[in-house]
Amino acid sequence: MSLDLAGLLVLHEVQNFLYREAELLDERRYEAWLELFTDDAQYFMPMRRNVPHDEPEREFTRAGADVAWFDEGKDTLTRRVRQLRTGIHWAEEPVSRICHMVSNVQILHASDTEIGVKSRFLIYRNRVETETDLLVGKREDLLRRVNGGLKIARRTIVLDQSVLLAKNLTFFF
Amino acid sequence: MADLDGLVDPERGWVSREIFVNEEIYRREQEQVFARAWLFIGHASQVPKPGDFIVSSMGEESVILCRDRQGRLHVFLNSCRHRGMKVCRYDEGNTVEFMCPYHGWSYATDGALVGVPFAKDAYGPSFDRRDLGLVEVAQLENYKGAIWATWDASAPRFLDYVGGYKLYLDLLLDGWDGRDGGTEVIGGIHKWLIPCNWKFPAENFSGDRYHGVSHRSVDMVGIGPSGQGRRDMGERNQARWLDVSFPELGHSMIAFLRPHDAPLAPSYQSSPEVADYFRRCEEERQQRRGEHWRLFGGPGTMFPNASPLARQPRTLAVWHPRGPHQTEVWRIYLVDADAPPEVKDFLRHYYIRYSGPSGLTEQDDMENWNYAHKASRGVIARQYPYNYAMGLGRATREFEDHGLRLPGTIADVTSATASESNQRGFYTRWRQFMQAASWKDLV
Repeated sequence: MSLDLAGLLVLHEVQNFLYREAELLDERRYEAWLELFTDDAQYFMPMRRNVPHDEPEREFTRAGADVAWFDEGKDTLTRRVRQLRTGIHWAEEPVSRICHMVSNVQILHASDTEIGVKSRFLIYRNRVETETDLLVGKREDLLRRVNGGLKIARRTIVLDQSVLLAKNLTFFF
Repeated sequence: MADLDGLVDPERGWVSREIFVNEEIYRREQEQVFARAWLFIGHASQVPKPGDFIVSSMGEESVILCRDRQGRLHVFLNSCRHRGMKVCRYDEGNTVEFMCPYHGWSYATDGALVGVPFAKDAYGPSFDRRDLGLVEVAQLENYKGAIWATWDASAPRFLDYVGGYKLYLDLLLDGWDGRDGGTEVIGGIHKWLIPCNWKFPAENFSGDRYHGVSHRSVDMVGIGPSGQGRRDMGERNQARWLDVSFPELGHSMIAFLRPHDAPLAPSYQSSPEVADYFRRCEEERQQRRGEHWRLFGGPGTMFPNASPLARQPRTLAVWHPRGPHQTEVWRIYLVDADAPPEVKDFLRHYYIRYSGPSGLTEQDDMENWNYAHKASRGVIARQYPYNYAMGLGRATREFEDHGLRLPGTIADVTSATASESNQRGFYTRWRQFMQAASWKDLV
C-alpha cells in the first residue's frame, strides 16, 4: 500500500473501524458488535504447537480440518452473545472487566470492495476479585464494503500461547 | 499424613475438602496414584509412521509417545539421563533421534543412548551406555488405538485394569456402527489450565447429572445437533438413565439404555446427511451388537484421570495434576475414521462450540470448579466435608432389563434424575490407592 493520500485515508478509516469495534466490546454492546460482521463471516482461531523451525506448516491447526479454539460463523457468534445476555452464564456472571487494545494496524491490500488488514491485540480481563488474564496476539481481517461502510467478512486470530493460560474464552477477539 | 479413613467416607457420603487442597495429600497422590495407575497417553492415529512422536504427560511428568523405526510404540520419560534436560520440546513431529540440547546426548527412537559427545576420551572404555537409555514405562497397551501406560511393572495387565468397564470404554472407541475400533483423532489437542484440583473435573465427568443449573444458559441458547438445547435429548429421554460404577476399579460412566421395543428417536435434524449417517450406523449397530445396541454412553472417568465422553461430542479428556490447585487439561476429539467428510466436519464444528474453554457448555464448568476449589482452601472451610449422599444404597450389581444384564454397580436414576453413586465409587478406589503399600493390596 503506497503512502499516498488515498492510502492514508483507507488506513485512517480502518483504524477508526477497529477502535470503534473495541469500544463496542468493552462497553458490552454485543448486538451492535455483531452488526459489524457480514452474514457469511468466518471467525477462526487456531491452536498452536511447538514445532521445529523448518516445519512451520505444523505450527497451526488447519481451518476447516482440525480442532481450533474457534471455527465458526455468525450463527454461533450470535448464540454466544445471546448466552452472555441470559444472566445465568456463570462464566461471565458477574461480568468481567475487559479491555481491548488494538495496535500495529497495517493495510495488506485494498480495493473498492475489500480490504485486508493485520493488527495486534492485547486483551486484559479481570473478574471477580483477583482473577486476571492477559491475551496477546495478532489478527488478520478481511473487511468488505457494504452500503458504504465496512464489515468483517473473515477474521483469523493468532493467540501467542500454546497451552491456553486462561481457564476459558468467554470474550471476543 | 492425615488419616484418610476420617477424610474419605463414601459409605456414608462424605469426602473432606482436605483431599483437594492439602499439599501433603497431593504429594502422596503423585506416588500412590499416578506412579501406579494405567494412564492415557495418546492415540495411535497421532503417530502413524515410524519416527512419529507426540509429547504427552503422565501425572506431572512429561513423556514422549514415539513409534520407533521398526514401527513399535514406546513411551519414554522426557528427560535426559545425564542432567535431566527435556530431550524433546516439540509437541509433535517425526525424527530419527532425540538429542538433548544441554550436553548433546542423543537417543534413538527406541530409547537407546546412541550419541555421547567425546565418549571415548571423556568417559573411558568402561563406560556402558546400554543402561542409560531413556526411562521407559513398565507396561504399554494399544487398546483400539488408545495408548495407555503405567510406570508400575506389578500393575495388572491393561484389560484386567479396565475389567468390566471395557463394555463402556468401547462405546467411546468403537465405530458408531458397532464395529470394533475404527475411531480416529481430529487434528489438534485442546490444552488449557484450570485453577482447581484435578479431582473436580474427574469426579464431575464420573457421573454428575446433577449440575443442570451450570448449563442452563447454553440450553436456552441452543447449540445441539438438532438446533435446540446443548444435545439431542430425544434418544436420551426415552431411555433408562443408568449411573454405572465399578468401585473396586474406580471407573464409571453415565449410560443410557434404550427401550427394547421402541424405534429410534430422530436426531441430528439440522443436517440431513448427518442424520442419515447416524441412522445407518444405528441400524448396523443393531445387527452387530444384538441387545447391546440399546446401550449408549456419556461422560465417564477411567480411574484416575482419563474421562471419555462416549456420545457426541465424542472426546477423551485427561486431567493432568499441576500442583494441588491447578489442572492442565488435554482433550482429544474422536470421529469414526470412515465417516463421510461432511459428517466429520459437522461433528468437528459441534465439538468446538460445545467443548473446552471456548465451548458454550463447558465454559461454565470451569468457573464452578475454579471457585469451588478456591472457596475450599480456608481453615474453616476445610472443617466441612463435601456431601455425596445422593442415592445412597440404591445401586445394584444385578442390573437386568428384558434379559440384558449389564456389568457394574448400577443406579437406575430414570426417575430420580441423578445420584452420586459414581462419585462414591471413584473416591472408594482413590482411598484404596492412597492406603495401599503396593499393587498387592489393590487387586
